[in-house]
Amino acid sequence: MKARQKRFLFILVALAAVAVASVLVVKALRSNITYFYSPSQVVAGEAPADQPFRIGGMVVRDSLQRDPNSVRVRFLVTDNAEQFEVVYDGILPDLFSEGQGAVARGRLENGVFVAEEVLAKHDESYMPPEVADAMKPGEYQAP
Amino acid sequence: MIPELGHFALILALCLALVQAAFPLIGSLNRTPSWVALARPLAWGQFAFLALSFAALVQAFLGDDFSVLYVAQHGNTQLPLIYKISAVWGAHEGSLLLWALILAGWMVAVATFSRNLPREMVARVLSVMGMISIGFLSFMLFTSNPFDRVFPAPLEGGELNPLLQDPGLAIHPPMLYMGYVGMSVAFSFAIAALLGGKMDAAWARWSRPWTLVAWVFLTIGITLGSWWAYYELGWGGWWFWDPVENASFMPWLAGTALVHSLAVTEKRGAFKRWTVLLALLAFSLSLLGTFLVRSGVLTSVHAFATDPERGLFILMFLCLVIGGSLSLYAWRAPSISRGGGFDLVSRESLLLGNNLLLVLITALVLLGTLAPLLYDAMGWGKISVGFPWFNAMFVLFSPLMILLMGAGPLTRWKHHSPPELLRTLRVAFVVSVAAGIAAALPLLTGSISAGIAVALSVWLLSTLLAGLRQRLQRRSGIKGLLADWKAQGGRAYHGMWLAHLGIATFIIGVTFVTQFDIEKDVRMAPGDEIELNQYLFRFEGAAPHQGPNYRAQRGTVRVFKDEREVALLHPEKRVYQVQTKPMTEAGIDAGFMRDIYVSLGEPLGGGAWSVRLYYKPFVRWIWLGGIFIALGGLLAASDPRYRMRLREKVGARAAGKRFGAESTA
Repeated sequence: MKARQKRFLFILVALAAVAVASVLVVKALRSNITYFYSPSQVVAGEAPADQPFRIGGMVVRDSLQRDPNSVRVRFLVTDNAEQFEVVYDGILPDLFSEGQGAVARGRLENGVFVAEEVLAKHDESYMPPEVADAMKPGEYQAP
Repeated sequence: MIPELGHFALILALCLALVQAAFPLIGSLNRTPSWVALARPLAWGQFAFLALSFAALVQAFLGDDFSVLYVAQHGNTQLPLIYKISAVWGAHEGSLLLWALILAGWMVAVATFSRNLPREMVARVLSVMGMISIGFLSFMLFTSNPFDRVFPAPLEGGELNPLLQDPGLAIHPPMLYMGYVGMSVAFSFAIAALLGGKMDAAWARWSRPWTLVAWVFLTIGITLGSWWAYYELGWGGWWFWDPVENASFMPWLAGTALVHSLAVTEKRGAFKRWTVLLALLAFSLSLLGTFLVRSGVLTSVHAFATDPERGLFILMFLCLVIGGSLSLYAWRAPSISRGGGFDLVSRESLLLGNNLLLVLITALVLLGTLAPLLYDAMGWGKISVGFPWFNAMFVLFSPLMILLMGAGPLTRWKHHSPPELLRTLRVAFVVSVAAGIAAALPLLTGSISAGIAVALSVWLLSTLLAGLRQRLQRRSGIKGLLADWKAQGGRAYHGMWLAHLGIATFIIGVTFVTQFDIEKDVRMAPGDEIELNQYLFRFEGAAPHQGPNYRAQRGTVRVFKDEREVALLHPEKRVYQVQTKPMTEAGIDAGFMRDIYVSLGEPLGGGAWSVRLYYKPFVRWIWLGGIFIALGGLLAASDPRYRMRLREKVGARAAGKRFGAESTA
């Protein structure tokens, strides 16, 4: 093979690799993104029933309930219009507290949101942008 | 008064940066030696003023001067001394000052250790660094001045974020910044070479040690950050694919590619354009990282409070730097000469393959990091890209990379006949496949991914050993090792060896901890016992405990294995006095083969707590790998050939002196 042919071959192989890779990447990305829904959207039935997603808002005051025999907790999140129940089997993050923003990742099961992960932020004055956007103008006051 | 001095010094540093960005560069282009000669003293001047400014801020923290807004927000009279100092870079304004100081430090280093370089080159490099400095200093002065006063001054400060009150995190940001900012040296060398139109093996040889050192700092910074997250965040994760972590990982990946492609450019004169592009890319990604962290555009556990004005400023700066450097590249790159040719089976090809893979992975991380922004901007909904995607991407591409990594050092430059190469690699291949199959057997782990990881790791190890054997045979056996250490290129080789060994270690750590870690969130009352993978955990309750600036509930957990006590752990739940945030301090029994990790959740009444129990096999190997990689990089950077010309010159000067002395005698 001449040098020119070799280079051509090399470029061809590289292009094919890139094409295959990008198809795989985009496919994988599609199946691995989780969308964010506000409690109002979930109540309105906009959230997928069979796929994981994230829900977020303010944790309603005095809504946190602990199961006496396990680490299971239940709480309500609200966007000031609707509220939705979240169940979580695990230890809540340090910065989780009632009256503050939180985001949970999980899926719907029998009308409640079963969380696999609950996030609250390092910085207490910091509001996750999704939550800030989802909040309906209402009686919400900064903590 | 002192804060005003600090502020004033900052302004003077900016003035010097303005001069430095313009005069040495212009002087080097129109051959005005006096302007070129300005570069070094200006770099020193900038460093002196920034050091003064930094010292002023440190003093404000040490003296609890709460009339300075930044100190009032993040300082506190009760803070232990070390955290009063680390509070200086614990938040936005101060960390920018540290950034600028480190940039000036790199300038001074370039000015000092580049006496063997042509003066024009040094002048251009320092001018480009001056331009970067202008960007950061004006950003600081116009949007985030750490010396702003507050009136009336509060009596007590708001305290450093308790999460940051940790020795690991006191040094994590400086290390990371050394790496980020260090990439600006490689960037400036590339821009200077593009401006001067001369790009040869010497250019690569000059950039190489600088790039290596910056990359080593980045490695240390990332490793420290991961270690910190593991023991401080209280849930045992060591990497989250968080935007801010990705922001530090992307320049590292690009820097890794750069370090390797610089090697090709130095040895073979090939890949010049590619190398320049990587140098521009690595620093641009460092800047992008800053933008992501500082602007709050992405949801991140590390995000500081959002400030759109700051975000806009950095975004403009970013566009200017990336746009400017890429335009310059587009303009000058065609004039860069081509390097030597090479065959399909040659070390160049394998390195190129690995470079492409590294850039591909960088692009994927970038895609995953920016996808939420993209989706939001296009109105496709609010999304987050989870763990699984990033992990899948890595699992997909890294085995290929590791195969190339093993073969690369055993392959000759330019041309290696494929049958001969296969013969060389045969033994290593058989050994690693056998090891992989053995590890995957049900008797040992019964896990296919563990088998693959072991195979890849052994592949790296055995190819490294084969390479070492070849090298020592050529250098008269084991005795040759010491000579090799002093010879040119010897340390670079052994540095490569160590760094690749680090990757082998890292693979084992990552795979085993991901595959075999066991975690349990449980409710435990005093006296409760829970068994987890042959370990018996007994919770003996929690009691109040008083720290220097926090109160804590301190739990006691005894861990037994085969009736024998192996660890006594004291996980804590702390509440810091000022910020009153609860904080988890995990109790960890660290070991070479496994960690036992216990952290307290919340009190559940009646002395019971929710408790997190973990068994983490081989988790230490992850950071051990990082340490090997960093040490390897340092070793390579200390190779004598980077100091060669310097020594020749010093020798010549010394000879001249002796001669002069004799003639006057």
